Amino acid sequence: MSTTTQTVTRAPSASALGASRRRIGEDFIKALLIVAALISVLTTTGIVLSLLNETVRFLGEVGLTDFVFGTEWAPLFADPSFGVLPLVTGTLLATAIAMLVAVPLGLGAAVYLAEYATPRVRMTLKPILELLAGIPTIVFGYFALTFFTPNVLRDLLSLDVQIFNALSAGIIMGFMIIPTIASLSEDAMSAVPMSLREGAYGLGATKLQVSTRIVFPAALSGIVAAIVLGISRAIGETMIVLVAAGQVPNLTADPRQSVETMTTFIAASAKGDLSTGSIGYRTIFAVGMTLFLMTLLMNAISIRFVRRYRQVYE
Amino acid sequence: MSAPPQVQAPAIQPASSGDRVRGTFFRLALLSTLIISCILLGVLVYDVARDGLPKLSWEFLTSPPSALPTRAGIEPALMGTIWLMVICAVFIVPVGVATAIYLEEYADSSRWWNRLIEVNVQNLAAVPSIVYGILGLAFIVRGPLDLGRVVLAGALTLGLLVLPVVIIVGREAIRAVPPSIREGSLALGATQWQTIRKQVLPAAVPGIATGVILALSRAIGETAPLIVVGAATFVAFNPDGLDSAFTALPIQIFNWISQPQTEFKLKAAAAILVLLALLLIMNSAAIYLRNRFEKKW
Repeated sequence: MSTTTQTVTRAPSASALGASRRRIGEDFIKALLIVAALISVLTTTGIVLSLLNETVRFLGEVGLTDFVFGTEWAPLFADPSFGVLPLVTGTLLATAIAMLVAVPLGLGAAVYLAEYATPRVRMTLKPILELLAGIPTIVFGYFALTFFTPNVLRDLLSLDVQIFNALSAGIIMGFMIIPTIASLSEDAMSAVPMSLREGAYGLGATKLQVSTRIVFPAALSGIVAAIVLGISRAIGETMIVLVAAGQVPNLTADPRQSVETMTTFIAASAKGDLSTGSIGYRTIFAVGMTLFLMTLLMNAISIRFVRRYRQVYE
Repeated sequence: MSAPPQVQAPAIQPASSGDRVRGTFFRLALLSTLIISCILLGVLVYDVARDGLPKLSWEFLTSPPSALPTRAGIEPALMGTIWLMVICAVFIVPVGVATAIYLEEYADSSRWWNRLIEVNVQNLAAVPSIVYGILGLAFIVRGPLDLGRVVLAGALTLGLLVLPVVIIVGREAIRAVPPSIREGSLALGATQWQTIRKQVLPAAVPGIATGVILALSRAIGETAPLIVVGAATFVAFNPDGLDSAFTALPIQIFNWISQPQTEFKLKAAAAILVLLALLLIMNSAAIYLRNRFEKKW
């Protein structure tokens, strides 16, 4: 019985603890993986470089003030003008209309799903939003042009709109953006701790008061982030506007007219075969740069707000 | 002795009828926002189905487009879309998964260059799709790669567009594998790569596959980058090589919508139904994969 007190010692074999010499293969694999990861960095560099290069050349020919403050966009005419304002206002008009639709509907859906919906209701209604998010934008464009403009705007509401108009494109674009705003806002509202709600209920608040005066302000950073992200998506959207809003640059605030946005201009120009280095080719990049800078700004703001709400509650 | 002070009304009161009415209205108002979205979705599907279902037929799927609307079909567009998706997948799976592995398993997030890569992926996910088209035009179609308006260029452009999706979802799938699996493997003497290859990756494959399908679902419906990169709007042949001209379903739909004849618009609706059917198949596959193979740790 004394053997149980004897501890058996044996030098552990080297293989049980892992090889001490690094396999060359390990470093090779790591290098391969780094190369793959760098492709995403290369993509961004490529975007920035290509836009910057041609934009600088474009501005060399056209001049910054003419581009930014000019009110006439006719780059391919015999006597061309390169004021980008009509494109920017077209984009902003469509975006504003889209936000007027997407913000109330999106936030309403988010508050309902986060605060009021039973798990069964949530299970049936959330997929609807995901379906809406998965529909290709060309389908929305088709719907706006062939159904919404003739049947809803002209027949049902008796509005005097052109066949291509910013209102139709803007409204349908708004519906497309609802899932973006709804899901991010719902995340933010769900992240608000139950203790805040319970404290309010304990003091006699109604559900309406809790939703609007406690949860909503507490989730405000996330909600703002969602809205800003929605704006960014609206600014960058091409197909709905291309199909339903027409391609006539138009410096107007009247949504019943057709407009051209930055994105539709790029799509329409690139369809033709412009030679590399021509002024027409360069306009694609100049407008693309404007678009990229606007969305970059929106995205940076959105990320800042997301970080703020995550910080507070997680 | 003075009379005891009057008891004030309690601080906690039952809800007044005004409160109840307001509460109900609010709840109904919120529900109606969701219902409006549902109605729009329903009307959209109904409108597309009503226009397009009568035009669906085997001839439709196997004929080339035509100047005559009654004879127009989507075969080159459908084949073009399939070619694009296959080449795109071949590109994004290795690159996306490798990037996800690097960021999750190898990269030390205190280093600035690794944080730069992470921020980079997040920014790329939010860039408008048409800007990717411009990138493709400048670098892939013309510029250094100079491939021309061919199917490989289109597939690479779409690949760059959806790569962030694969990376982000892949990272989540890899992150979901518990550290104990890795630690056990390393304790038994495996190298880092052996651990990844034999333990982490197989466990993360369902999540990664879901991510790839999600990415392809996004890519299949993208029109704007393909327009800029030069998908032709009238090809009467199927792609016959990586370097052939091509068209795609969304491009064909866009082309037909732009025609004045009503018949073309109906054909566009039918093509939309085909596109939606493809999307439905892909998403069902993703859901099936996720439910069947998801491991609960």
